[in-house]
Amino acid sequence: MQHAIDVHDLVKSFGDKTVVDHVSMTVDTGEIVGFLGPNGSGKTTTIRLMCGLLTADEGHGQVLGYDLRTEPLKIKREVGYMTQRFSFYEDLTIAENLAFVARLYHMKPANEHVDRTLEDLGLTTRRNQLAGTLSGGWKQRLALAACIMHKPRLLLLDEPTAGVDPKARRDFWDEIHRLAADGLTVLVSTHYMDEAERCHRISYISYGKMLASGTVAEVVRDAGLTTFVVEGPGLERMAREIEKLPGVEQVAPFGATLHVVGSDEQLLGAALEEIGSRPSVTVAHGETSLEDVFIQFMGDATDNMS
Amino acid sequence: MKRFFSLGRLGALLLKEFIQMRRDRITFAMMLGVPLMQLVLFGYAINNDPKYLPAALVTTSQDHYTRAMVSALELTDYYRFNHVVGSAAEAEALMESGAVAFIVTIPADFSRKVDRGEQAQILIEADATDPSVASGAISTLGTVASQALTRERGITPAEAEAGGGLDVVVHRRYNPEGLSQYNIVPGLLGVILQMTMVMMTSIALTREQERGTMENLLAMPASPLEIMLGKILPYFAVGAVQVAVVLTTAGLLFGIPFVGGMSLLLFAVFIFVMALVLLGYTISTIARTQMQAMQLTFFFFLPSILLSGFMFPFRGMPQWAQWIGETFPLTHFLRVIRAVMLKGADLPAVAFETGILALFILIYAAIALMRFRRTLD
Ligand SMILES: Nc1ncnc2c1ncn2[C@@H]1O[C@H](COP(=O)(O)OP(=O)(O)OP(=O)(O)O)[C@@H](O)[C@H]1O
Ligand SMILES: [Mg+2]
Repeated sequence: MQHAIDVHDLVKSFGDKTVVDHVSMTVDTGEIVGFLGPNGSGKTTTIRLMCGLLTADEGHGQVLGYDLRTEPLKIKREVGYMTQRFSFYEDLTIAENLAFVARLYHMKPANEHVDRTLEDLGLTTRRNQLAGTLSGGWKQRLALAACIMHKPRLLLLDEPTAGVDPKARRDFWDEIHRLAADGLTVLVSTHYMDEAERCHRISYISYGKMLASGTVAEVVRDAGLTTFVVEGPGLERMAREIEKLPGVEQVAPFGATLHVVGSDEQLLGAALEEIGSRPSVTVAHGETSLEDVFIQFMGDATDNMS
Repeated sequence: MKRFFSLGRLGALLLKEFIQMRRDRITFAMMLGVPLMQLVLFGYAINNDPKYLPAALVTTSQDHYTRAMVSALELTDYYRFNHVVGSAAEAEALMESGAVAFIVTIPADFSRKVDRGEQAQILIEADATDPSVASGAISTLGTVASQALTRERGITPAEAEAGGGLDVVVHRRYNPEGLSQYNIVPGLLGVILQMTMVMMTSIALTREQERGTMENLLAMPASPLEIMLGKILPYFAVGAVQVAVVLTTAGLLFGIPFVGGMSLLLFAVFIFVMALVLLGYTISTIARTQMQAMQLTFFFFLPSILLSGFMFPFRGMPQWAQWIGETFPLTHFLRVIRAVMLKGADLPAVAFETGILALFILIYAAIALMRFRRTLD
């Protein structure tokens, strides 16, 4: 089967700062891939490279079977790109914005498409409201609707659910899965762990370098982390104590428990033995979460922000 | 062909631009208000026919011919003789200091010559640094003076014709060319159009950039040509409205004659406006912010006003300034419009200058399309 995205060794620098550093990515048709990484790690830049908004300094590849370098116009026509920052016209109404998109993509009749999209969004009654006066979450939903409208084969979504309420997020993910079942490919950047877990696969980028790719289970397994759950009285004091123990790499409170994470299982187990032997304190093996893995990645990464 | 140009996509861009224009009330008001205001301000400031100008009378005798002439001149409302001096040097000093705009010299032998029926002479010197000040006053002068003299002598105009009449010698001081106001108002049309058209379109792309909508626009399948046309055609339409407003007002308020053909005039104006909106668009492909676009516009605006022949007679400028002047569309437009409006020139007469204007369209369009960044780099 043809890959929807098949790019290799993309490099992009701004000045002397390499923002995307030999990033490769393959995404199958119909797949939903989550794109994760800390702020400023190069997610937006990578996505822009793939939809032809930026030209790569190095690297090659295909998007939807079109060459990244020579056929950007063809790519644009079949990709739906949702920008991180709201970039529709704030001085146009909701309906006018949608009509603009519909006409640009030669969707006929434009009015019918607009009406249908408004109905799906539940915005029919507010069609004549200026887009600039929408709330943040509604702006996101409008932008998403606008970039799905022309039935693209590939969706590139840059933090589409930032600021969107839980119900709308649930609806959004249901919709994405429905579209993917029909063969739409989706690359979606997000900072939410629960959204990462809804993806078929995830890719983790840090300071321009792709650190991990695979299913959530694979990424967690490959990280090779061990997690202990500590329960007992005086958690706050105990946390400060545990932080200093050998082999401990992360200590994070989760409700009435502490998650203690380290990459050396033996060392960590030995270090926590004394704590576990105290009265009314229990230490047990826990599941390593995706978040634990990401925090670990972020701690390891060398900061190139400065 | 659909790859690079489609009417459907252009239509979408045009419609969007018109809606935005309509919503932006202040800008919309500016587009019509600014030309009107400028026309009225500049037009009256420059074109007004000033009255009661201070004048000096140089005379050594106080005979009745002289008195008759002075009162006749004052009756025209143009002159106010508030200095009567005995020597040319005194009058000269008054004019240099700006105390008087005219010096009327009546020679000592004036009345003697008139009585003898010989050709008599008076000398009028006008401060023509601001030519529009002098022109109205000078143009009435000859007739008024000789009528007064005729009346005073008690002879009929026919007899006056036959006998030695009055010879009025006019010296325009400081500015011998003496631009007339008719020269300026047609030029104002060019200046006003240049100001508003270039300014409006120069922010066309930078506004999208600053508002962040450029990212979305570029991600959608609009070609550079479509984006360019989508941006400039609405302003072209605005330009058409402005032209109508300015021409109507110029006709109503200032009675500027339209000697030439209206269709040729409009044809030239439209070519000029097209060049202007493309120039503005070119600026917007260079500037990064709206502020920069404005600054670039003014950077262009001032020299083009000074060196186009609008402010100063083109032929009076040094050669290097003329060469720079030739690079402004306004220069060529002024030649065309003055020729058409004032001299009634026909198409072959202005074909060359109009052709140069059309050349600007090609050059600007080419630069703009080359400079257009399809990416965000
Ligand atoms: N046009 C540009 N010029 C210079 N530097 C840039 C430009 N665009 C991005 N950068 C830099 O590239 C780096 C990566 O930015 P990018 O927007 O891709 O990060 P991101 O992963 O999307 O972050 P976030 O999660 O905050 O959205 C940042 O350090 C940013 O400052
Ligand atoms: Mg980003």
